[in-house]
Amino acid sequence: MARPPLSDDELIARFGPHLNEAPPGGWDAGLEIDRVVETHCCFCGQQCGIKLKVHDNEVVGFEPWYDFPFNEGKLCPKGVKRYLQGSHPDRLLHPMERDPSAPGGFREISWDQALGRVVSEIQRIQEEYGDDAFAMLSGVSLTNEKSYLIGKFARLALHTANLDYNGRFCMVSAGVGNKLALGIDRAPNPWSDIPLADVVWVAGSNIAETFPITTSYIWRARDRGAKLIVQDPRVVPLARTADLFLPVRPGSDSALFGAVLHTLIRNDWLDHDFIDAHTVDFDEAAAAAADMTPAWAAEITGVPAARIEEAAELWGTSATGMMLHARGIEQQSKGVDNVLAAINLGLATGKFGKPGCGVSTITGQGNGQGGREHGHKCDQLPGNRDISNPDHRAAVAKVWECDESEIPGKGLPAEAIIEAIHEGSIKGLLSICFNPLVSAPDSNFTAEALDKLEFYAVIDFFLSESGQHADVVLPGSLHEEDEGTSTSGEGRIIKINAAVEPPGEARLDWQILLEIAERLGRGEHFQYDDTHQIFEELCRASSGGTADYTGATWERIEAEKGLFWPVPEVGHPGTPRLHEGGRFSHPDGKARFHAVPFRESAEVVDDDYPVWLTTGRVVSQYLSGTQTRRIAGLVAQYPEPLCEMHPRLAERLGIGDGDQVTVTSRRGTITLPAHVVTTIRPDTVFIPYHWPGAKAANQLTIRAVDPRSKMPEFKVAAVRIERAGEGAPTTDQRDFDLHEGSA
Amino acid sequence: MRPTRYGVDDTPVFVIDQSRCIGCEACVSACMECGTHRGQSLIHLERIDRAASTQTAPMVCMHCEDPTCAQVCPADAIKQTEGGVVQSALKPRCIGCSNCVLACPFGVPKYVAEVDQMMKCDMCTDRTSEGYAPMCASVCPSEALWYGTVEEFHATRPGALVDNWLFGRQSVHTKVHAVVDDVGGGPIDVLGGAATGTWLDDPFGLDEGMHDRSGGVVR
Ligand code: SF4
Ligand code: SF4
Ligand code: SF4
Repeated sequence: MARPPLSDDELIARFGPHLNEAPPGGWDAGLEIDRVVETHCCFCGQQCGIKLKVHDNEVVGFEPWYDFPFNEGKLCPKGVKRYLQGSHPDRLLHPMERDPSAPGGFREISWDQALGRVVSEIQRIQEEYGDDAFAMLSGVSLTNEKSYLIGKFARLALHTANLDYNGRFCMVSAGVGNKLALGIDRAPNPWSDIPLADVVWVAGSNIAETFPITTSYIWRARDRGAKLIVQDPRVVPLARTADLFLPVRPGSDSALFGAVLHTLIRNDWLDHDFIDAHTVDFDEAAAAAADMTPAWAAEITGVPAARIEEAAELWGTSATGMMLHARGIEQQSKGVDNVLAAINLGLATGKFGKPGCGVSTITGQGNGQGGREHGHKCDQLPGNRDISNPDHRAAVAKVWECDESEIPGKGLPAEAIIEAIHEGSIKGLLSICFNPLVSAPDSNFTAEALDKLEFYAVIDFFLSESGQHADVVLPGSLHEEDEGTSTSGEGRIIKINAAVEPPGEARLDWQILLEIAERLGRGEHFQYDDTHQIFEELCRASSGGTADYTGATWERIEAEKGLFWPVPEVGHPGTPRLHEGGRFSHPDGKARFHAVPFRESAEVVDDDYPVWLTTGRVVSQYLSGTQTRRIAGLVAQYPEPLCEMHPRLAERLGIGDGDQVTVTSRRGTITLPAHVVTTIRPDTVFIPYHWPGAKAANQLTIRAVDPRSKMPEFKVAAVRIERAGEGAPTTDQRDFDLHEGSA
Repeated sequence: MRPTRYGVDDTPVFVIDQSRCIGCEACVSACMECGTHRGQSLIHLERIDRAASTQTAPMVCMHCEDPTCAQVCPADAIKQTEGGVVQSALKPRCIGCSNCVLACPFGVPKYVAEVDQMMKCDMCTDRTSEGYAPMCASVCPSEALWYGTVEEFHATRPGALVDNWLFGRQSVHTKVHAVVDDVGGGPIDVLGGAATGTWLDDPFGLDEGMHDRSGGVVR
């Protein structure tokens, strides 16, 4: 029974999160620097270049890496503080087994015991209930090498179909939409295209807080006179300077896009040559938009019709334009629809395959892009291949030196794995760098599911909230401890270099997987001396797939400071911009328009739950906060979740700024301070999701998923809000005492 | 790509463009990493009026040509380098009277009780003296804080650089430049200035009436 062995307080006392405030030895340690390692930040999909300073196997500081072309030394506060996650007091140093009588609820055991137990439980569960009753879930902040290895490990060592990755909670709707419309799952543009655009349309992305370096690309476009359109329920920091703000109601984006397409057609702001030569199915998309007038969309979206017309005019009459979209439109039960409707606007106006043109998704997680290419999605094999396609299976089986029949078929996506655990058909779980208790929707349900597991093993470097439910914990490796590659949001493969070795008995993640495979008797498929060999195999396995890494080498990636895939052969220069000349990645070279009729979200507001809830990130925290909630400066910046609401809503409910409010959905209730600001729609509240337990925004969110991408609807839920008590105002200007920063 | 490092003849300038600031506090975090005052941030990020806007403003010492802070210092503790960088109060001289804190027209210096001394931004002397950008300007994701030559600035960005300020009757000339749309070379009249109307006055179109649903059932 996978239950946390002790109370939350006892677990926190032993495993944290505790705050790391200063580098090893303290701020004044004045340590000699042994070496400086060029690597990348791990806290978002931009993967900024950074130099880590190392003293005696500890990361003790950083230096901006001015020569890395993407960020030229720039970093957000997470990047500045990322070095403090090393040498952290909460770091897991030994394998552990649940033991309620031990202090902290876990006792240290040897690697031999730990691995022996994991393997015998895998075998027991699979013998008793079948192979697929043991599932695996993996994080997508891992390197490409690890993502690839996990895909192979789950299929050939665990023999399970039920492997999925936590990009399922992040960018999978964009992936499905891009594949359907463009034939390939990658942002079509390098970021260097952004400054070349005459109009930049940011749809459902709080770029300043989630992809901060991208602001400088947008400012560069603005410097050239580009117009900026921001579509969001909040006046996010970037919106402040927008030419046009589209204050869309959560869950209504496809209505807005439909009305823009309608207006483009009505005014003939179309690129007919492009549509005729490079696309199919325009008529279907146009027919679906025929009745989507701006007045109709204004009713649904809350965006005044005149602003919708203006958006269409700006987009339709500009020679170049880039649309950047992110989780705001993607994390919905119609995320794929929204992405397809956005792409329709790019295709209709010929804004693809040219400098300064494109409709690009922003991948949020560290290796969100690479992580979805190498086969640790339930439906994919390396190279972005389809696991159900016999030819694709055969190609990969050849590289894996196995029989095609040994590769299991399509498994369950992440949310469905959690549901299958809850209803009892999945009995065992191995997870790596995955914290569903905080990151999955409807956290109370997720907790119940984890409780029902017969066996749960976790590979991680800190004991996450989910890890507290584990039977066996295997201490893995931090980003700065392993070598490999990662692929940034713009599709650039970059090199991650190891700065230090894992402390204590912690091991490199890939070595742990190799050892388990060996003990499961499948070692012959997992003979690697280092991650370089894994990379070389990954490249071979991707050959001929859409995400083709064939011609990439670690040496080239380092020398060229990144390489854009596809790199289909040795000597190929890489492909920064896809679809040049209007050639799309479908077999006929043409892009597909899609008819996108509007449909409502899974849950809409009513008399009992009259307020829309939307969720998202703050700049100082990353995902489930397993890492960032342990770094003092980042925690001080935004210590706890706040519920952003408009003064009109606050006044109607008798709530003052800073008051405690109880927010209730059909799934759960949380209490947190109100943050009364005029920068959010009056009918909507916003809560960031990085915190666990009683503060978890995901207690409120709904498990409804997009039918095609299986992405949960994190961005739309209906809630009720009540005043719960007094509190201190939150919007006072901060007291910037010099010592605050060092607290 | 801009040069990593500037030589002595390049005369780079420190530039602030508040309109670009996204409030991320990377500058505040990075300032703590600077060698001379590690662990302590000497830059401030002000939230102008969070109830109404996300506008934030980073504030570094402007390094005035004729610094008011030094003028009012009874202990003569505030010194200027040859390059015009105004330093934090000298530890042995500073008597902690906070005259500088009150007198600085930009509200920059802070009295730090723990060390009984006034401390403020010294433009990363350790970095700038070697030709590197200050830490805050190195990391700033939006280039709201920027370091480079005036020629580079004008080659890559619009806006006028202004280093003249008018505080009532006090005229101040600073080493650090502010970016403004265009005031014909300055000075910036800090206490004057006219407001302009934009969509920001009514971001959600509430005055247009059609989608204010918060008055009754919010739908
Ligand atoms: S979190 Fe993202 S923006 Fe911030 S430093 Fe890291 S990679 Fe760059
Ligand atoms: S800005 Fe203030 S602290 Fe800096 S030199 Fe001028 S008067 Fe002194
Ligand atoms: S780093 Fe730049 S954008 Fe961020 S708060 Fe500081 S000045 Fe503003």
